[in-house]
Amino acid sequence: MSGSLRRTPVGAHYGLREWLAQRVTALVLLAFLLFVAGALIVEGRHDYQGWAAIFAPQPVKLITLLAFAALCYHAWIGVRDIWMDYVHHTGLRLALLTLTILWLLYCLAWAGQILWSV
Amino acid sequence: MTQLPPNRPQPRRQFRNIGIADLINYRLPVPGVISILHRISGLLMFLLLPFLLWLFDLSLSSDRSFDRLVAFCDGTFARLVLLGLGWGLLHHLCAGLRFLLLDLHIGADKPLARRSSWIVFVVSLPLTAVFGLFLFGVIG
Repeated sequence: MSGSLRRTPVGAHYGLREWLAQRVTALVLLAFLLFVAGALIVEGRHDYQGWAAIFAPQPVKLITLLAFAALCYHAWIGVRDIWMDYVHHTGLRLALLTLTILWLLYCLAWAGQILWSV
Repeated sequence: MTQLPPNRPQPRRQFRNIGIADLINYRLPVPGVISILHRISGLLMFLLLPFLLWLFDLSLSSDRSFDRLVAFCDGTFARLVLLGLGWGLLHHLCAGLRFLLLDLHIGADKPLARRSSWIVFVVSLPLTAVFGLFLFGVIG
């Protein structure tokens, strides 16, 4: 029997990875919020030039994209839990889960496109 | 059989597997209110994600689009949506920090868990009010 087949589908440890990922991504998002708030204070100019200057350096673009990725993963776990709790029709739930993944990936790509258009 | 002390308060009504109609009578404890609002605020932000990305796009595309964003945020409807988004973020953030502490077994016993639930409201609601006053141009 291969390892993948022995994976326990139910029980106390099922979902632990998502549980942990939700908390780790929450801390990443908190750190990013503090980073943007700090950058706004350091920048000083509260107009387009100041705002665009914050996101101009390549590392900031990458950090922001990472934060959006954390946001999408965080949102995926939360929305997944909502569908699992309230939508009992298997087909409908599968459709909603699939649409949620596609939609979040769409939003992540959109965020990347916005960031690299500056 | 144990003798009950006199003047014992009426036991709370017990609910098992409640239906949707029972929600009117069911007194959800404060930590429960925090929890369901955490879920609602998270769903709200998920649903408003395209709106947020659209604002982010306007804010970065050009100085002209930035001006359009500023003009858009002057509208009452936009302000109300932003206020909703602001409440969602502030509640989700405060309640989320509380959940992280609970995960570390900090404040997990009932009286402390109730008090920290009230603290979430005491912090998040005034911050939302300040954000609202700022949005509607009363301060800042």
